[in-house]
Amino acid sequence: MSPLPSSLRRPIQAAVLKIARPVNVSSSERWISGIAGTALAVYGISRRRFWGGAVALIGAGLAQRGATGHCDIYAALGIDRADRRSTLVEKSITVNRPAGELYRFWRNLENLSQVFEHVVAVTEIDARRSRWTAQAPAGATVAWEAEILADREGEVLAWRTLGDSDVLHRGSVRFRPAGEGRGTVVSVSLEYEPPAGKAGVAIAKLFGEEPERQIADDLRRFKQICEAGEVPTTEGQPSGRESASGRSRSGRKEPASKPFRPLQAQSGTGRPS
Amino acid sequence: MKALCWYGRKDVRVENVPDPEILAPRDAIVKITSTAICGSDLHLYDGFIPTMRRGDILGHEFMGEVVEVGKANTRLKIGDRVVVPFTISCGGCFFCQKGLFSACDNTNPNAALADKLYGYSGAGIFGYSHLYGGYAGGQAEYARVPFAQVGPLKLPENLPDEKVLFLSDIFPTGYMAAENCNIEPGDTVAIWGAGPVGQFAIRSAFLLGAGRVFSIDDVPERLRLAEEGGAIPIDDSDEDVLERLDEETGGIGPDSCMDAVGMEAHGKGLQAAYDRVKQSLRLETDRPGVLRIAIQACRKGGTVSIPGVYGGLIDKVPIGAAFAKGITLKMGQTHVQKYLRPLLERVEKGEIDPSFVISHRMSLDEAPAAYSMFRAHEDGCTKVVLKP
Repeated sequence: MSPLPSSLRRPIQAAVLKIARPVNVSSSERWISGIAGTALAVYGISRRRFWGGAVALIGAGLAQRGATGHCDIYAALGIDRADRRSTLVEKSITVNRPAGELYRFWRNLENLSQVFEHVVAVTEIDARRSRWTAQAPAGATVAWEAEILADREGEVLAWRTLGDSDVLHRGSVRFRPAGEGRGTVVSVSLEYEPPAGKAGVAIAKLFGEEPERQIADDLRRFKQICEAGEVPTTEGQPSGRESASGRSRSGRKEPASKPFRPLQAQSGTGRPS
Repeated sequence: MKALCWYGRKDVRVENVPDPEILAPRDAIVKITSTAICGSDLHLYDGFIPTMRRGDILGHEFMGEVVEVGKANTRLKIGDRVVVPFTISCGGCFFCQKGLFSACDNTNPNAALADKLYGYSGAGIFGYSHLYGGYAGGQAEYARVPFAQVGPLKLPENLPDEKVLFLSDIFPTGYMAAENCNIEPGDTVAIWGAGPVGQFAIRSAFLLGAGRVFSIDDVPERLRLAEEGGAIPIDDSDEDVLERLDEETGGIGPDSCMDAVGMEAHGKGLQAAYDRVKQSLRLETDRPGVLRIAIQACRKGGTVSIPGVYGGLIDKVPIGAAFAKGITLKMGQTHVQKYLRPLLERVEKGEIDPSFVISHRMSLDEAPAAYSMFRAHEDGCTKVVLKP
């Protein structure tokens, strides 16, 4: 039932490490560098002369290149030979409704624009293919076509994007009974290529800076719609915010923005600022 | 409309703000006829609850008349007279269906924040910080009530506001706290805090079969009110409470002890000074003086019930004593919806008249003065009802 926490953390950790010293050497090259570098270093040290010292230094450099996967020469020349591994995000939520009902809501793909924060519209082209439109940064939109790969009533739905879509990914949603009187465990799995260029920007926006959290938020919305019939909101409610800042004595409405996100400094303890 | 807004520590003001509107299909708008200041509002007033924002509208004990309903709200009609529970619940999740309404999965728009802090988020609450959803509260002329097909209770016309207003929070809260005491007929219950929740807890304990109830506080008029409710008052400013309870129970200790004070306990002596210093240095968010002594006083195998609000971390809690004596701890936000009908019936039958707790009736404009008076226990202030 638990959604593989270690496999979820790895892509995030990898992303953090890449910022410091990005991997730009392919894995086979790293093995060769590592073995050859170590051998050269051992040889060089055993010669003990100036020439031996130079060989040892070169060997050590190669060994480090193998160990870290970062090559300064490649970086200087703008070469990137790192293996592009796709990113996998998995997340589950329990929804207090029967699996069949949840499957039918999801299978009616047009409903999913209510669930996924950045998806604007989904249109079904035929029984297997659908067209998706999503918000991209700066008011632009991105679109892609998807096809259904697997479809078992009340159990699973799997899909992948087609052809030259901007946003290449594959995904699945599974529905499993959670046990007597507890509804259904809904598990989503999404795999996408680490993108570059325009598609990269689009996908970064789609899945958020923390893809796991974005999917968790989207799944929570799915649960709210299916259990409660609506997504809770405070957007548009009154407050004394504006009158407090002195700009208006009459007060204004909350701007139509996202719900309150915590300031890190406010988390948990202590007094509000 | 006019609304009481929070601007910081000990800074609340009545401001003109826009009227609320229907924002979701199950909403209702209620024109408020009576609203009250809760003891837990003082934790906001004193600045101890995190994630408040300047301009937030306070208030979670209110009632009134329905003036508008959302298109998917099939339960309420314009003109219905309702009391509104302070917890907002969806009615459809696992927790709501188990009657654990304050643990509702679906009504906190900031659930991700509460998940981070508490592991899992509870229900949204009116006017009680963004951690609990950031909903505008009911110390105002109008309020938007989300998920109004689940929460609000329709009221019979013959009962005046003052007899039913407290169904919104403090009566169910005191009642659930007494229920959490696991009272058996003839039991002895010791209740710290003779504020409004403590007062309802005293009367609820008797309704549930308690033989004797001790009420511990240091405010004379509150102890008098407790005595009127049948409790034996103990003034902890001039008596050793542990010794007295031990003596009164023949060396056994009370069967149940209740902390109806919470995170801002005043305490006495060195220990209280320690908590104040730690709290002001933010090494501890809550001052658990009452909780400590309640655990210490409780008999072996007894129950400690905690309706007093805690928000964060506490220190030096005698968990060893609780363990050694096999004590049960019960606590949490009130599942108000579960108690609305049964408690309304008790009011209708005349078993209890909740208006006994009211000490002051004021206008909404006077709310800032009312907060300051309630905070300082001035003028015998136990409970303020505001008329918008």
